[in-house]
Amino acid sequence: MDQLLAYPEFPYLLSILIFLPLLGVVPLLIINSDSFSRNWTLIVTIIVALLSIRLLTGFDTTTTKFQFAESYTWIGPLNINYQVGIDGISILLFMLTTFIMPFCVLASWSYIKKRVRTFMVCLLVMETSMLGVFVALDFVLFYILWEAMLIPMYLLIGIWGGPRRIYASIKFFLYTLAGSVLMLVAIIWLYQQNNYSFFIPDMMWGNYSFTAQIFIFIAFFLAFAIKVPMFPFHTWLPAAHVEAPTAGSVILASVLLKMGTYGFLRFALPITPDAAIYLAQPVLWLSIAGIIYGGLTALAQQDMKKLIAYSSVGHMGFVTLGIFVFNSQGVEGAILQMVNHGITTGALFLCVGMIYERTHSRELYSATGVGKYMPIFVTFLAFFSLSSFGFPGTNSFVGEFMILAGAFEFDTSRGVFPWLALAAIPGAILAAAYMLRMLQKVVWGGTNNPDQSWITDLNAREIVTLAPFLFFVLWIGLGPQPFIDLISPSVTALLDTLESYQVQTIASTEMILH
Amino acid sequence: MMLFLPELTLLGASLIIFFLGIANAGTTTVKNAVIFLGALVFGSTLIAAPQEGHLFFDTYRIDSFSQNFKVLIGGSLFAVLLFGNKLRALKEEIHPEYFFFLFVSVLGLMMLVSGVELLTIFIALELSSFAVYIMVPMRDDSGKFHLQMEAGAKYLLFGVMATGFMLLGMSYYFGLTGSTRLDVLVAQLPGMMDQPVAVVATVLVLSGFFYKLALFPFHFWVPDVYEGAANETTAFIATVPKLAAVALLLRIVTMVENNGDIIVNLLMLCAILSMFYGNLSALVQKDIKRVLGYSGIAHAGFVLMGLLVFQVTGYAHALYYITGYVVMNLACFLVLCSVATKGENLQIEDLTGLYQRSPLMAITLLIGLFALAGIPPFVGFMGKFFLLVDALRQDYLFLVTMAAINTAIAIYYYLSIVRVAFCSSEEEPTTIGIPLHVKMLSIVLLAIIVIMGIFPTQFILYAENTILAIL
Repeated sequence: MDQLLAYPEFPYLLSILIFLPLLGVVPLLIINSDSFSRNWTLIVTIIVALLSIRLLTGFDTTTTKFQFAESYTWIGPLNINYQVGIDGISILLFMLTTFIMPFCVLASWSYIKKRVRTFMVCLLVMETSMLGVFVALDFVLFYILWEAMLIPMYLLIGIWGGPRRIYASIKFFLYTLAGSVLMLVAIIWLYQQNNYSFFIPDMMWGNYSFTAQIFIFIAFFLAFAIKVPMFPFHTWLPAAHVEAPTAGSVILASVLLKMGTYGFLRFALPITPDAAIYLAQPVLWLSIAGIIYGGLTALAQQDMKKLIAYSSVGHMGFVTLGIFVFNSQGVEGAILQMVNHGITTGALFLCVGMIYERTHSRELYSATGVGKYMPIFVTFLAFFSLSSFGFPGTNSFVGEFMILAGAFEFDTSRGVFPWLALAAIPGAILAAAYMLRMLQKVVWGGTNNPDQSWITDLNAREIVTLAPFLFFVLWIGLGPQPFIDLISPSVTALLDTLESYQVQTIASTEMILH
Repeated sequence: MMLFLPELTLLGASLIIFFLGIANAGTTTVKNAVIFLGALVFGSTLIAAPQEGHLFFDTYRIDSFSQNFKVLIGGSLFAVLLFGNKLRALKEEIHPEYFFFLFVSVLGLMMLVSGVELLTIFIALELSSFAVYIMVPMRDDSGKFHLQMEAGAKYLLFGVMATGFMLLGMSYYFGLTGSTRLDVLVAQLPGMMDQPVAVVATVLVLSGFFYKLALFPFHFWVPDVYEGAANETTAFIATVPKLAAVALLLRIVTMVENNGDIIVNLLMLCAILSMFYGNLSALVQKDIKRVLGYSGIAHAGFVLMGLLVFQVTGYAHALYYITGYVVMNLACFLVLCSVATKGENLQIEDLTGLYQRSPLMAITLLIGLFALAGIPPFVGFMGKFFLLVDALRQDYLFLVTMAAINTAIAIYYYLSIVRVAFCSSEEEPTTIGIPLHVKMLSIVLLAIIVIMGIFPTQFILYAENTILAIL
């Protein structure tokens, strides 16, 4: 338990943050009114977001322990405990979630017209389970929250989604569930190896046999790679993104996808270090495949949501690339890029949602040339598009640069030609190509634009929704240091321990070779 | 008197219904009377719960094991009666007879969990089974396809065959030990488990209860009986007898000691095949009762996982699991019986737009099905999780992996029901009127599903104490 650090000044902060949204469901069950549902949910999510700032002010960057920790017995006979805590790897993702949620409510203000109350209940339940996943330190708690969020997400897509929502929602559910059942077996196996403890830090660096590690890694990999999603497990994502309502797409892109990469960092690397190092090359090349494939496919899309969905596959490829190069630039860049992708892609989905509310179409050709009539909108869109392909001065540039630097170092430090980084570069160019293509069409279009003169520009609510995203795009783009400072200590600690394993694994593989 | 209170109450209740039938009492009177009597039975099981003792020359044991099971049986009977007292698919004049047989069947089940002597067990089992054999074909033949007759015949034939197996096994037990008393068997059997005849006898006796639990390879009756019987009858068959079956399986597995791989391997094979058979067959079903039937076969496989570890924790978790299963199933059948306003069989498409017709029923179905599918935080997940932990503790990695894969297969058919209920809407929805007591029952069932799932500690300890009473 020495990895846990309580926060006596505000003892139950994390639990309050996690369960406040769930408590917020109660009034919704009693009062049946659409406008009350909207206002109430907005208030609850804003309170959670504001309260979560307390985490930042109280966060201690000099320690790598889990902070704000809480630990209570939950299911005694099986030694399952309610244990939560936050460290440098999870804090930004936690903050991202609390801050995204109010905007999801705002984005659904006029978009969701039927069954508003149920929708808001789903959003709040989602928030509780997402926040819990990022701070859970007990593996059963983690798994329960990880699975439980499938139900509200399924309903978000299945009830309020587009025409093919049923197909998309079932595909989403089946893929993610099928991926994680083997993880459950791995969790139970680890529980037995660790004196019947589900405490995650206990499981880390456990010196399991190499064969066992490989199997556990594969079980983890299936669960997380589907969630990320990595090529070739990505096919559920475009379907789900396209059919989901705006808020659903934003949650998917900004938070849910991050859980996969978070899982790699939190579980796969420390619990199965040897296997992770041994299998790093295939994972890296799968990431490269995802980057290139996502870029090429995005280039061919006519549906704006699909375009952004495939761009997500590419961007998440960068993140996994950064994680599996095992150096500080790469991993720090990956965590930063998770946040960046959450901000930028979330904002892009909000933009597409705003267009959709006006034209009732996500097709690129029906949104061509709106720049003349929606100057404010296209200004936002331009910034987010630039950010999406990593234009210098925006947030993604910092993240992608760090990841590419990490990839270079990964090869050069071993005296190998940097094929990996070289292979990832076309992805960045492709990103510029498909984003600029979309931007050009939406802003200017061509001579045969449809008549857009009836279209109205963003209203105050929509500007308020997008402005904070722009603020963070520029802040992280121009001054990323405060964010990296939060991440850095935990990443360094993780990589230092991993380093010792890296030496061992290389030594043992060389022994086999000779 | 106090020891025998639940059974006496049941006996009295069935007599009252019998007289109501003779007196040609009105349908409403009968309907209200059975709910009252059901509550009375449930109450009597609660009152008799702390009792301990034995009756009838010690062939009939009252301990916390039997009494806890009686509470579960009484509770689920009450629940079945609360939502299933309308009997829309049965002719009105045979309602009293139907309820008479229902109560007699439950009487048999209650005697079953108390019986500690092979003949007592056999008689109790037959009492409960024969009543149900008659209840199945009592359904009105609206479709003129004689579906209920086919169902009844299948149920009877398979049931008699399984009983035959069981009797044969019991005769081996008697031949081996010279006694029909379980306490004698407990003392002698573990030492004999290296003899093939003891293994064969155990397997034969187990198969009699595999039939009740609908476990592969004694599952053949399930889909047709579920489909052919009236919704209310299926709701009963799918829940209450399974509790008693698990109780008896527990009695038998605690009797034999695991000092041979044969029994474990055999049970493991049954469990795995049960899961795969149930889940794969359920994928292609259109009739909801058939889906639930096949899913029941798969769930029986999970229960068996808890038994075949031959550990107290495993037994306790199997008990926890079957209790959860009964509650989840009751929730689903509650919806089924309420939606089928004419007592017809429901196809999956018939649930289209259920959320418009009755939001509460839609949510009950949603939570019931997701719980059956093993999605946290509901009881179905916790039960499965505990059973997986137990099995892996014995290093049955293959079994655990197969079970985990089955969870992934099963989700599809549960989702396809949820899909029509929630994600597709009707042009002109007609509201379904749900009586207040059914609404309250559904809320209670949902609360149990959630509470057992999130705070299982007390339930596990309770289950462990129940098991320890017979060890």
